[in-house]
Amino acid sequence: MATHPELAQDRNVSAAPAISSSSDSPLWSGLWAIFAKEVRTELRTRELLVTTAVFALTVVFMFSFSFDPTSEESRHIGPGLLWIAFLFAGTLMLEPAFLREQTNDTLAALRLAPIAPSAILLGKTLANFLFLLITEVILVPVFVVFYNVSVANVLPGLALVCLLGTLGIVIPGTIFSAVTAHARMREMLLPLLLLPVLTPILIAATEATASLLSDPPEWPGMALKLLAGADIIFLTAAYFLFDSMLEE
Amino acid sequence: MTTQPTPAATTPATYLALSGPLRLGLGIEYRNVEKRFGPVRALRPTSLEIHPGEFVALLGPNGSGKSTLLRLTAHLARPTAGTILFRGPAGYESGLAARWRLGVVGHATMLYDDLTAEENLQLFARLYQIEGAASIISARLEAAGLAERRSDLVRTFSRGMRQRLTLARALLHGPGLLLFDEPTTGLDSAGCEWLARELGSLHDSGCTIIMSTHQGGEVTALATRTISLESGRIVRDTGSTATLASPDAGRGCAPLLPSP
Repeated sequence: MATHPELAQDRNVSAAPAISSSSDSPLWSGLWAIFAKEVRTELRTRELLVTTAVFALTVVFMFSFSFDPTSEESRHIGPGLLWIAFLFAGTLMLEPAFLREQTNDTLAALRLAPIAPSAILLGKTLANFLFLLITEVILVPVFVVFYNVSVANVLPGLALVCLLGTLGIVIPGTIFSAVTAHARMREMLLPLLLLPVLTPILIAATEATASLLSDPPEWPGMALKLLAGADIIFLTAAYFLFDSMLEE
Repeated sequence: MTTQPTPAATTPATYLALSGPLRLGLGIEYRNVEKRFGPVRALRPTSLEIHPGEFVALLGPNGSGKSTLLRLTAHLARPTAGTILFRGPAGYESGLAARWRLGVVGHATMLYDDLTAEENLQLFARLYQIEGAASIISARLEAAGLAERRSDLVRTFSRGMRQRLTLARALLHGPGLLLFDEPTTGLDSAGCEWLARELGSLHDSGCTIIMSTHQGGEVTALATRTISLESGRIVRDTGSTATLASPDAGRGCAPLLPSP
């Protein structure tokens, strides 16, 4: 074992360090620290992005070759297929979100830190949101090519649907990932819990995408409102309930 | 009905003012604290007072309630009944405020394997909003003998190195109360000797230390007070002045260190 100076001999180490008195609130500083940690870990391991992107692309390819849809058929079935691919990718991505924290009981270390418990959830949700969006950015161009649909004219609207729909998947997904992390049948439990909750999100997102891809395109105002409303409800519930969800 | 003392508000700024240049130990009062997991009573109603600066060894076999008591103290679990109060330099503190002054070394390392040693400490420095974190992290890594491995992933570390980094993480914010849950698990004799030195230094610096173990030995012998638990209840408490130097210390347990 390497030798090293004893702690008591080093007064700088023994002294209590200064804690920032003018820094951000514990919620925001904790949120950004956890988000940065998630991104750094993912950039290093690339476990989630590679797995989910390959899986989602496989789904899109398989449906494309199975149905060989015309442009008109693609406008009808394409939005549903696209959101099923997003859902599968999201489920695959969300399961390890809290499972990875169990390996060395790092979740306990996060809970011991003087940050708001919701910072843990929001930091992880933000990271999952980013990862799923990256998967979608890879997937949508492939979908456009294989399903022969044009999204150039509706790109801002589609981006908005993807943002709201993805948020609607990752907020409850991250919560259920935390809840099921300790369960024995967690691989089965997460989709079982998640799918019923996500059904309204998927219906609204599919409807919104279908409206945008229709000829002529229609603005999916009602579906977007539903998505935004669901996101706000999920986020509020997560903020207030997350602490008790983690308690033993 | 018992009147609860009003906790003093401890913020990052007041924490520094209260703790001063050196650590000040935190006292703890357990008032009829009980923990059940369904029908299982992990900890029976327990009242106990631990004074600032004490080094308490919790002894007992597996399942005796040691880890439960530590997790309750760390606010990782909520008591089924009773109250845990923390006493700092300015009076009673709430559990949340006490987190600024709490360091925990558990069974697991609580470190991220896919981050480097330095990145792990940087993460926790950000979570604890430590000013001048870079120099403190360097000093901690130096003290742990890991300065040359600061850029290596934790997954490449040996058990002893991980344990040293775990202690560095737990001490990063200068806690006044340290909880150790069987910290010698997996350590070789050299690692146990190193840990004993560190614990002695921390105790000398004024930290309150509570350490659970089911073994006796050099590390446990440092304790100024021992509390034995069995089936979730305290069966023996030596009080705050006794040490484990008595011949029956650790009786029935395998010695932690080999005899010379």
